[in-house]
Amino acid sequence: MLEQKAFLSGNEAVAAAVRLARPHVIAAYPITPQTTVIERLAEMVEEQSLKAEYLHVESEHSALSACIGASAVGARTFTASSSQGLLYMAECLHYASGGRFPVVMMNANRSLALPWNIYGDQRDSLSLLDCGWIQAYAEDAQESFDLIIQAYAIAEHPDVLTPMMINLDGFVITHTYELVSLPAQQDVDAFLPPFQTTNKMDLDHPMSLGFTAGPAFNQSFKQLQHLAMMAAVTVIDEVEARFRQFFGRHYPGLLETMHCNDAEFILVTLGSVAGTVRPVIEKLRSLGERVGFVRIRYMRPFPDAEIRKALAGSKAVGVLEKDISFGFEGTVFTNVNSALMRTKVVPPRLRNFIGGLGGKDIAAADIEQIFERMKSTDDGESVEFI
Amino acid sequence: MVEIRFHGRGGQGAFTAARLLGIAATLFEHRYALAYPSFGPERRGSPVLGFTRIDDRKIADRSIITQCDVVVILDDTLLDAQAVNGLRAGGLLLVNTTRNDLQIFFPDNIRTVLVNATLLAQQYLGRPITNTAMLGALAAVSDVVKLHSLFAAVEQEMKGTIAGKNAVLLEHTYITCGGKLR
Repeated sequence: MLEQKAFLSGNEAVAAAVRLARPHVIAAYPITPQTTVIERLAEMVEEQSLKAEYLHVESEHSALSACIGASAVGARTFTASSSQGLLYMAECLHYASGGRFPVVMMNANRSLALPWNIYGDQRDSLSLLDCGWIQAYAEDAQESFDLIIQAYAIAEHPDVLTPMMINLDGFVITHTYELVSLPAQQDVDAFLPPFQTTNKMDLDHPMSLGFTAGPAFNQSFKQLQHLAMMAAVTVIDEVEARFRQFFGRHYPGLLETMHCNDAEFILVTLGSVAGTVRPVIEKLRSLGERVGFVRIRYMRPFPDAEIRKALAGSKAVGVLEKDISFGFEGTVFTNVNSALMRTKVVPPRLRNFIGGLGGKDIAAADIEQIFERMKSTDDGESVEFI
Repeated sequence: MVEIRFHGRGGQGAFTAARLLGIAATLFEHRYALAYPSFGPERRGSPVLGFTRIDDRKIADRSIITQCDVVVILDDTLLDAQAVNGLRAGGLLLVNTTRNDLQIFFPDNIRTVLVNATLLAQQYLGRPITNTAMLGALAAVSDVVKLHSLFAAVEQEMKGTIAGKNAVLLEHTYITCGGKLR
C-alpha cells in the first residue's frame, strides 16, 4: 500500500480525507473553528484536484439543505459546521436522517452562546443526540481522517442509510498539527466504491421522496430509522475490519478500553481529552493503582452492551465530559448511567465530572484529582465541576 | 519530550515557526510532534503564541503547554516578565533583539541567547520576518532540531525564491549563532 506522511491540522486532515472520498457536492458556510476545512476544499476544487460541485451558500441551514437535495439524486455529499452553525442546521438534521440521506458532516465541537465563546466544548453536538445522526468523536487528526473515509462506507451502507457526524474538538484537534498517514487515491477508491442507492430521484425508477406520512404510517418510518441506526453497530465493525485490511490501522468499534479488566476505578470520557488521560493511567498503573479508562467513540449508536461489559466489577466509575444538561447532569453521564442500570451489577459509585466548558484546559493534574475523587466514598455533589 | 513556545505578533510567523519545527522533527527526523497556535481569534499585530511538543514516541497529551524547555521571542517588544513564565530551570530563552539593555528581565537559572535576527532577515529577505532565522538560531544553540531538517521543512513548505531566501537566512543565522556546518 502506498501512503504518504504529512504534518497536518485536524481540519486539513479532514479536507484531505474528503478529497480522497470523491464527493460530488460540497456545500458549506464558514464558521470558526471549522473554516479551514472548507477553505482547503474550495482550493482543491479551484485547482481541480477535486472534481466536485462546491456550493458556498448563505447559511448552515442552506448548506445542509443543499446536501440533502444532492443526496436525493444519489450524490455523495459533504458539509462541515460548528457550534451555532450546527444548531442553525438543527431542522435540516432531522430532514436528512428522516429522508435516509447519508450526508457526511464534520463538526468542530465548540461552545454555545451566551457568553459568546469560540473555544472548544461538546455542548453543540451532544445537545443534538436525538436528531437521528450517527455521531462519532475523534481523538486526533489521524482518527479524524480515518473516520471521514469510514463514514461514507458506514452511512451509505444499504442497511444503514443514515447521515453521519464526525466530531473533532475545536482547536485542540482542528488547529493542532501532527503526523498523519495519507493513503493513495487508488486504495481509497478500492475501499470506498461510488455511492449507489435506490433512495433517490430517478426517471427510470420513479418513487416518492420527501413525502408526508400521517399517524397510520409515521411511526413505522421512525421504527425503521431506529433499526437502521442499530444496524450500524454491525456495519461499523465490518467497515473497521475492512479498513484494517486496506490501511493497517485498527479501531475498536463503538468504544475503546484501557486496563479495564482488573480496574477498580474507571474513567469514561470522549474526544481529545482521552490523550491527556492515557499517560495519567500509565503513571497511576506504574504506582500499583488499579485504574482503567474507557473512551467512547460513538455516542449514536450508543455502546450500551460494551459500556456494561467494560465497567463490570469496578468500584467506582467517573464520567468526564465537556457539556451539561442544565438542571440535571452531563448528557454522556445520563447515557452511561442508563446503560448500567440495565445490568444487575451497577458499580457502587458513579461520579459525573464536567470540565473544559468554553475551552477551559483539562490538564493531567486534573485527571489525577478526578481519580482521587473517585476513591472517596462521600456522596459529593451529583455533578462536580473541574 | 521537548516543549517549545514561540512568542510573536500576528503576521510575524510565530506559529509558522512552530509548525516548521514540527515538520522538521516529524517528516525529516522521524520523531513525533504536535504544533498548535494560541487558540482563539486571529488578529494581525496582537501577541500570539506558537507551541511545539516533540518526542520520540507518539504524543497523546493535548492539554495546554504551561511548562516549557525553550522560549523563542521573535519581537523584543513582547519580552516582559510574563514571557518567561513556565520556562523550566535550565531552559533556553532565545530572543531576537536589536537592543542591548534587556538583561534586567532574565532570571539567573536559564540560559539566554540574544540574536539580531531582524538585521539578518532585512539583509537576506528584505523584510523583518524572523521566524526562519530564529529556527536557525535554535538549531545552532540547542539540540532540539538539526539544520538540515529545517532546510528540508522550508523547502517543502515555501515556494520558489522565498524558500531559497529563507534557506540562506537559516544558514547565516545558524553560523552567526555559532553553529558549525559539516
